[in-house]
Amino acid sequence: MLREAVSSEAGAGAGAFEPVDPYSIILNGTERVVEGSWIGESLLYVLRERMGLPGSKNACEQGECGSCSVMLDGEVVCACCVLAVDAADSEVTTVEGLNASGLVDDIQSCFVEAGAVQCGFCTPGLVVAVHDLLGRRPDAGSLEVREALSGNLCRCTGYGRILEAVRLVQEKREDG
Amino acid sequence: MRVARPRTISEALSALDDNPGSQLLAGGTDFCVEVNYGHRRPEGVVCLRRVAELRDFEVGEGKVRIGAGTTYTEMVKRLSGVLPALAAAARTVGSPQIRNAGTLGGNVATASPAGDTLPLLAALDAEVVLVSSKARRVVPLNELITGVKTTTIGPGEMVAEVVVPRISGPQHFLKVGTRNAMVISIASAAVVVDLQAQVVRCGLGSVGPVPIRASRAEEMISEAIDWDDLSAPRAALERFGDLAAEAARPITDHRSTADYRKRAVAVIAARAMRRSLTRVT
Repeated sequence: MLREAVSSEAGAGAGAFEPVDPYSIILNGTERVVEGSWIGESLLYVLRERMGLPGSKNACEQGECGSCSVMLDGEVVCACCVLAVDAADSEVTTVEGLNASGLVDDIQSCFVEAGAVQCGFCTPGLVVAVHDLLGRRPDAGSLEVREALSGNLCRCTGYGRILEAVRLVQEKREDG
Repeated sequence: MRVARPRTISEALSALDDNPGSQLLAGGTDFCVEVNYGHRRPEGVVCLRRVAELRDFEVGEGKVRIGAGTTYTEMVKRLSGVLPALAAAARTVGSPQIRNAGTLGGNVATASPAGDTLPLLAALDAEVVLVSSKARRVVPLNELITGVKTTTIGPGEMVAEVVVPRISGPQHFLKVGTRNAMVISIASAAVVVDLQAQVVRCGLGSVGPVPIRASRAEEMISEAIDWDDLSAPRAALERFGDLAAEAARPITDHRSTADYRKRAVAVIAARAMRRSLTRVT
């Protein structure tokens, strides 16, 4: 397959160089246009500074802390490590868009109920990471939960109540 | 400042030819950090995320070909049967967020001494397939990576796939860091037992500018193993660790000291070896 790819004629089209913008991102289900941007802007920057969505937090800017976790085409990633222009025409779901109705979802209310929020800075990233985990693995055991949340740093709670919140979500979802 | 979002390898290569200085972007977990911190100011970027053929992988009779765009998450999911140590190495990378983004090709092309797939690829004598609009060439990993974050990948070239031999036998990967998750290796080791050839292969990471083969350790343990029941004497295992440490050329930096790295690599190489045996005599 690779040999063919090399020898075949490469024409202009989808792969050709284009100006950086305008480009659109399907953001929480709605197409949004980005204009006047710089090529090096991260998705996190565009979300917070251009799209008015400050839920994704900006902390480490190197993929270490998970505060900026978003769903990109259905997979959880750190928005700081996504070049915004590379998210063009992709579906991005931020913490603001997890619940289509715009209301607090069950993960968020379980965080409140379990007291899993202290300063709150890591909370949106954790909520997105839990959303991703329980979407894939509704019955995740405690070790799996710990591993799934290992890229989301919380410097206040010591994680106990966060893990408790995840268990609460699982319980409530199981009870229907 | 222009961007290309190709859907095929040939589109990506023609974009590279149009703007020779532009940056190839795979998972972004290294490049975007450099941009975020102001260490890089890209003029042009060729985004590879949409190139589906880079995610192909093929398990043949003698070889496994893995597309450069395969993410760590996909390696964990798809390769745990055929290349368990690669799946294990992929599983130790970062967090789910990072494993969903970072790719095998990115790990190879970035050529960080701490690249977690590299010790295993070195142990397997992996070959890296480089393509450009003019040619396709196959370069052994040890000729591709020439130093800390330096490679022989030329202008207009990109990593298309990594090819490793299928080897039947146990294989293990271990690494040491300050945590179990979300950690950059202080030392790492991969051990591959080739039951058919009756040899052991061992690659070391984060203990030198490039991935290192512990050749003397490999030769010694291959002789010492009783291949009838895959056992080895305890003393030979200890010697294996010592010889692995002798092969290491670590430095002291902000993550660890050279002395600790040598000690750690001896321990994990011997441990990975022990886990590959049925028993110790």
